[in-house]
Amino acid sequence: MTWNWEFAFEIFPEIASAIWLVIGITIGAYIVSLVLGLVLTFARRSSFKPLAYLTYGFIEFVRSTPPLVQLFFVYFALPAIGISLNKYAAGILTLGIHYSTYLSEVYRSGIDSVPKGQWEAARAMNFSKIQTWFRVILPQAIPPVIPMIGNYLLVLFKETPLLMAIGVGEFLQEAQLIGASNFRYLEPITIVGLLFLLLSYPSAVLINKLEQRSKLGFGTRKN
Amino acid sequence: MGMTEKQLKSSNKPDKEMPLVQYENVTKKFGDVEVLKGLDLEIKQGEKVALIGPSGSGKTTIIRMLMTLEKPSGGVISLNGEPLWHKKIGDKLVPADEKHLRKLRSDIGMVFQHFNLFPHMTILRNVTEAPIHVLGLSKEEANERAVDMLNKVGLGDKLDAYPEQLSGGQKQRVAIARAVVMHPKVMLFDEVTSALDPELVGEVLQVIRDLAKETDMAMILVTHEMDFARDIADRVVFLHNGQIEEEGHPEDIFETPESERLQGFLSRFLNT
Repeated sequence: MTWNWEFAFEIFPEIASAIWLVIGITIGAYIVSLVLGLVLTFARRSSFKPLAYLTYGFIEFVRSTPPLVQLFFVYFALPAIGISLNKYAAGILTLGIHYSTYLSEVYRSGIDSVPKGQWEAARAMNFSKIQTWFRVILPQAIPPVIPMIGNYLLVLFKETPLLMAIGVGEFLQEAQLIGASNFRYLEPITIVGLLFLLLSYPSAVLINKLEQRSKLGFGTRKN
Repeated sequence: MGMTEKQLKSSNKPDKEMPLVQYENVTKKFGDVEVLKGLDLEIKQGEKVALIGPSGSGKTTIIRMLMTLEKPSGGVISLNGEPLWHKKIGDKLVPADEKHLRKLRSDIGMVFQHFNLFPHMTILRNVTEAPIHVLGLSKEEANERAVDMLNKVGLGDKLDAYPEQLSGGQKQRVAIARAVVMHPKVMLFDEVTSALDPELVGEVLQVIRDLAKETDMAMILVTHEMDFARDIADRVVFLHNGQIEEEGHPEDIFETPESERLQGFLSRFLNT
């Protein structure tokens, strides 16, 4: 069996048509993970101890179970207790929650790198807790970890084929269907790999640029 | 909580007015280490008090507890007669919540040994951020107040610079401006020249001297600069091992120290 260009060109649009779905799911899940990650970070530092421990337990649990199991749980098991989500919502939520636990670790490392004196200065200036977070701590905690945060966008993007397992028609699902009906898998699967490369590489370059910028430091940045 | 004999001796003026700050039998433990052992201390409105003593004597802890950065293990600290770390409910004192701390904290300002400027803000924003967002001043008012103060500390030409572009002495002067624009009733200075290169110490001390002359803010200064303490302070308090060993007028403290420990402490400074 050799590579068939004609077949490849014929099926390319069919597979590539899933591009908006894949991008949509990626961005949706990424937003969930960015926001929920921050919420988890705060909850874990809460002075209300039960909340802090519960959050810690949740993070450890999610991080140490496979995303595929979580996906099945959300899509197939949750309806049993009355929570039914369509496959897109289930996919976005599962990936979003899974990666929020990684992002909360990233936020945490950024926050830990802010010197204790900054908290004390904020206190001495009588900032409220919310002002301290958003005016003093986070503006210093986030820039150094922007590359890591950006990197998780790529990792999350590459995780989207997982959703094939619950029938989301992303690249791999499309390719699989075409392959099955034509008894040719070489071209469709290769095209899937190519599509991931085409989308990942420019994003990686962009994130790299962001990284360079965040390395310039505070002094040269006007805001 | 009775006053010690020494305190009675040192407060010559008739003591009708309420002290601005009052420590009553305040203790502080870090783990098993007791850094303050029942401190009684009063600071009057506008009074400038220097805290001196060997490191580990508890002087920094005293002002950090007043800034609410450290919680006392026992005793009561009052500001304007109101307990700082406690709330009065009827006759009982219960631990204060953040709201209460925030209310009382508005009368206290602090300058740190390591400046602790906000590195992601310009010098001007460092000084206007709290007036705008904590005091609720308009941007124009805050800018005016900040520029005025920055001019006073000699940094009117650095408004758009970032902290990392300044020398240590300049950073500390910004930190002083940042605290003063909040118009606190008491300013705390925590070894503000200890982290500076020797040639930069003078400019910072001069700013504090000018400030002390001009304002009716009370000041509590933890310092190792004996000449400075003598110059600026109405009263000098010598701490040793978590207790007040001797206190009094700067001249008495430096010319005729009574306790052996103070004599020893001072001779080490004079000999170097």
